[in-house]
Amino acid sequence: MDPLIQLLAINSNRSTAELAGILSLTEDEVRRRIAAAEADGTILGYNAVVDRQKAGHRGVTALVEVKITPEKEGGFDRLARRIAKFDQVRECFLMSGGYDLAILVEGKDLLDVANFIAEKLSTIGGVLSTATHFQLKAYKQAGFLANSNADEERLPVSP
Amino acid sequence: MDYSNKLCTQIQDLPRSGIRDFFELVIGRTDVISLGVGEPDKSTPWPIREAVIRSLEKGQTSYTSNLGLEPLRVLISEYVEKQFRVTYDPKTEILVTVGVSEALDLAFRAVLNPGDEVIYHEPCYVSYSPSIKMAYGVPVVVNTREENQFALMAEDVEKAITPKTKVIALNFPTNPTGGIMPAEELEKIAALAVKHDLFVFTDEIYCELLYDGRQHKSIVEFPGMRERTVLLHGFSKAFAMTGWRLGYACAPAPLREAMMKVHQYCMLCAPIMSQIAGIEALKMGASAYEEMRQSYEMRRNIIVSRLNGMGLHCFNPGGAFYVFPEIRSTGLTSKEFAIGLLEKKSVAVVPGTAFGTAGEGFVRCCYATAPELIVKAMDLMEEFVNEVRG
Repeated sequence: MDPLIQLLAINSNRSTAELAGILSLTEDEVRRRIAAAEADGTILGYNAVVDRQKAGHRGVTALVEVKITPEKEGGFDRLARRIAKFDQVRECFLMSGGYDLAILVEGKDLLDVANFIAEKLSTIGGVLSTATHFQLKAYKQAGFLANSNADEERLPVSP
Repeated sequence: MDYSNKLCTQIQDLPRSGIRDFFELVIGRTDVISLGVGEPDKSTPWPIREAVIRSLEKGQTSYTSNLGLEPLRVLISEYVEKQFRVTYDPKTEILVTVGVSEALDLAFRAVLNPGDEVIYHEPCYVSYSPSIKMAYGVPVVVNTREENQFALMAEDVEKAITPKTKVIALNFPTNPTGGIMPAEELEKIAALAVKHDLFVFTDEIYCELLYDGRQHKSIVEFPGMRERTVLLHGFSKAFAMTGWRLGYACAPAPLREAMMKVHQYCMLCAPIMSQIAGIEALKMGASAYEEMRQSYEMRRNIIVSRLNGMGLHCFNPGGAFYVFPEIRSTGLTSKEFAIGLLEKKSVAVVPGTAFGTAGEGFVRCCYATAPELIVKAMDLMEEFVNEVRG
């Protein structure tokens, strides 16, 4: 992977100057390469990884296993893209194994998610079945441990 | 009781580590950004810690063989062969120790008679000279210089050799300078060791942490060296295992046997938990440290460019996780610089003089610290440098 992309994938919050310093590039070069990666879709977007419980978020999140019928042209793609377009769907992956799509659905409460699945998702032609698992507690998100105590302090000076 | 008459004069005469003095200035302050440490900023990789938790659940809490657990020695032998291209028999040529510090002490005690001279290089890790003295040897220092990027010059070593010289002690990549040895200079030093029939003790604790695509080369690889070399290595730096205190020595059987005698009487064995951690670390191999190594390389690039940018000349070190910028242009001594920076800007670096008199005019900054903190520390250091220069 391009080291610049690698750095941003770990922490997108670094300044251009910092990235330039790390990679021994000029700031203009860093800006140019980031713009190019954004333009060609290598970088899809940026967001902070938030501990929602701490942030006072009262919503619910569900992992929904979806079975769908593949189509002659394009297999699962058309239907998967159609499902992914709903704002309620945070993530959407085609999976190997017992079902086809794993989607992460967010809603205000249980009813909100249930309505989305009953009224929007299940009614799409080609969706054969769904199985919904509600998240209870987050321990790790996007590589970050939730509620973890920081690593033990090092001695401030050591040989 | 008048302790001055009761304590061993040899120990009374040993100076306290310069690090210790500085540590006491920093300890207790919570506002300090520290570039003063000598260890990774990450905890030991989780699979290693997990393996030890499991072993404790199983009740693995006993003594081990003096030599160390056999599976660990077998893995060490395989790792060393891959890393250093030299083969050691796990049964007769490898000893597991409590860190490289113990291994170094054992090696000195195993070969030195009172008055034997040991050539070592400064600036260096704080324990070389005291360890030699505690083994009744005579430390003979050869300075490394910034103009050579702190590599040890064979011609300087040659000048220091006398009929009493018994050992040349090497530590590359070096704490505190980050200096590495060019292969051609290493080859010349190997030739000197063979010519004068000397031992070489080579502490290669930072050998995994090399940058810019470099491959590590050890002095033991040169002709005639295996029989006279004690190769010292451990888990602290690459595997982020400083607190486990686990190291090892690889040496020809008679030498390993002599070191084992000292070890069995004063240490018995390295703690079994640490040895189990070592087994897991070696099973992980490079996957345990490659990501850390890459992140150190990026941080090195940040800190070197910032230091040079503020007018503190700093060569780009090839290994370890230290930079050793020259601070003479500020008109301050190393100690004045470090104390001033701590008091005025709450940034801790270690005066170069803690690592020998050749460190005057330099400070050691450890970049095994979060990039954000490095940047913040560099901003503060730049303010300090500008204020000092007026």
